[in-house]
Amino acid sequence: MYRYDEFDERFVRERVTQFRDQVGRRLSGSLTEDEFKPLRLKNGVYLQLHAYMLRIAVPYGTLSSKQMRQLALIGERYDRGYGHFTTRTNLQFNWPKLRDIPDILDLLADVEMHAIQTSGNCIRNVTADHFAGVAQDEVEDPRPTAELIRQWSSLHPEFDYLPRKFKIAVTGAEHDRAVIKAHDIGLRILRHPDTNEVGYEVIVGGGLGRTPMIGKVVREFLPKADLLAYLEAIMRVYNLEGRRDNKYKARVKILVHEIGTEEFSRRVEEEFARLDGPSVNADPAEVARIAAYFAPPAYEALPATSGAFEAARAGNPDFARWVETNLTPHRQPGYAALTISLKPIGAPPGDATSEQMRVVADLADEFSLSEIRVTHAQNLVLPHVKLSDLFAVWQRLGEAELATANAGLITDIIACPGLDYCALATARSIPIAQALAQRFADPVRQKEIGVLNIKISGCINACGHHHVGHIGILGLEKRGIESYQITLGGDATENAAIGEILGPGLAAEDVPDAIERIVSVYLAQRQSGESFIDNVRRIGLAPFKAAFQDSNREVSHAVA
Amino acid sequence: MPLLDRHGAKAEIWTRSEGAAIDNLSHALVDWAVLPEALAQKTRDQRIGVIIPNTVRIPELKLLMRQLSLIAISFPSFGDGRGFSLARLIRNHGFTGTLRASGPLIVDQFAYALACGFDEVELPEASAARQPVEQWVNALGQISHGYQRGYGDSGNILDRRRSARLKHAAAG
Repeated sequence: MYRYDEFDERFVRERVTQFRDQVGRRLSGSLTEDEFKPLRLKNGVYLQLHAYMLRIAVPYGTLSSKQMRQLALIGERYDRGYGHFTTRTNLQFNWPKLRDIPDILDLLADVEMHAIQTSGNCIRNVTADHFAGVAQDEVEDPRPTAELIRQWSSLHPEFDYLPRKFKIAVTGAEHDRAVIKAHDIGLRILRHPDTNEVGYEVIVGGGLGRTPMIGKVVREFLPKADLLAYLEAIMRVYNLEGRRDNKYKARVKILVHEIGTEEFSRRVEEEFARLDGPSVNADPAEVARIAAYFAPPAYEALPATSGAFEAARAGNPDFARWVETNLTPHRQPGYAALTISLKPIGAPPGDATSEQMRVVADLADEFSLSEIRVTHAQNLVLPHVKLSDLFAVWQRLGEAELATANAGLITDIIACPGLDYCALATARSIPIAQALAQRFADPVRQKEIGVLNIKISGCINACGHHHVGHIGILGLEKRGIESYQITLGGDATENAAIGEILGPGLAAEDVPDAIERIVSVYLAQRQSGESFIDNVRRIGLAPFKAAFQDSNREVSHAVA
Repeated sequence: MPLLDRHGAKAEIWTRSEGAAIDNLSHALVDWAVLPEALAQKTRDQRIGVIIPNTVRIPELKLLMRQLSLIAISFPSFGDGRGFSLARLIRNHGFTGTLRASGPLIVDQFAYALACGFDEVELPEASAARQPVEQWVNALGQISHGYQRGYGDSGNILDRRRSARLKHAAAG
């Protein structure tokens, strides 16, 4: 993991002092509320429905056990004993008092954390593949790149007052687990087909929200050393040309769409060619300095299999089921990465109590080289667990209600906080997620259905990524009543796709039946071994639409 | 309108012209729309400055830059950050005169403005009245070093790490 040096430490401490000063200037009237608002947002402080909310950055989803314990402490001391992990791998506290926030920021700085740029019209927390450094299909660990970008984008003098928020994601693997095509900039580390040199494929203009778009490739191969200069060129073109007349058309995806990928790429290349790369880019020694922090940890040399593990698996069906869903193969023989589901049936997706955070921190210390990851699917990962320790870890997780065997399954639902917390929301999301999880709670049935991502957003801003859910659910408000629009066929991977709307909106209580019908079509039509999304791609939307509309008709009759 | 630079309040030496009429003004500040006309009348001793909107494209400005002593970029609101990028472009294209940010900026943008190549900020009376000069000067020292190379001269973190590495290597 990256560790702060004296410069990083000082930077974060000074940012806290600066925030205290900003709050002081707001209170004295030097700053108007309008002027203060972006300043507090850029430090993660939102004014929500009931209270202030503080969003803490978890850069590229990597946490140490020490950091997790500090989050637990903050949750206990300043919130209601829990926190909420988000789809940007951040952590939100929903109930802090404004006057406590500088103290919370101090506690974060103590463990090399901050809330810098977790909101506002600036470059946001950089995300990456949550199996970085572990995955078997990786060309290069994306975290050094993400850390370099984290530093470069922090308090950037030129790019802190952008037309709109700006999100960057990095993956180093073939299989995209970081949803890079739904980001303002997506970077994929790859090898040049001819020279074998490592570089980046640069994708720009993806995004969800009101106008969902899949990102476009603007540079097929960018040498690694040119990263910061190229990013500067993209940001400069966007900062100057991005629309500022309408906040709903201000994201870079709209600029790329309006002038075309080719023209956007031409402008970026022109600026990139003109600017003096060597004076902007990080020197190779700096890149190497950062990369050294992410060198593989000291693994033990182990056999690829473990007799104790196999025996436990054979003797305990619950453990076997959990292993089947929540385990990811590790590149190091004898190890596995395990997903800790924050989606127990009936609980709000992504919530963890302070007690649970401490359990995870303890397990990370004992069994996972003190490392934890946060996933964009709002789960946690222990990335380096020995196969022989898995049974013990599973038992301990179970005692803390953290051993739900549903990673990637129909009850592993992504949901934004929705109307229960968020000032922007137009409908509730958490209760919909809870109702669906209860409906599909039966583990046997979940296993039979297999991989199926349901993603729920409580408004058009799409924090719940509904557009790229295999099944997406968008909550809207129509004449004072919540109405849920269902989309089908979205995909968040390297085969990124935006889901299509199935039909008219539904009342909250009708959502589980509608999803049930969609699932029934799949179960009836699938070929052997065919996943839900593959089935939707093969048979098309029509059969699902028909079933969906049948259910709708029944509902209308019932209402009439 | 109140003017300040990194050292504090500053006296205004520029006079806004009426249209393109620069007559015998020693330092004439003219609008972008009438700049060619004003430059045509310029005598050898006169200094010309221009106020430009933040939507001006660099090719339009580039050919005229050498005849200008000051460029004032308008900030229609503090949230509109185009001026920061435009300032960088103007500097990158070789302008060595005075660069002025003109509009309702806030104290927290002062360090950014200087880092992007501005020399001074001209504020509306109301903004200046709320935000005394001491706050502006104080704000400059709040973050000792930034991470970005090529912005300002305060010594960015990446270059400082590099010097430390070189020193270490030399000592070793």
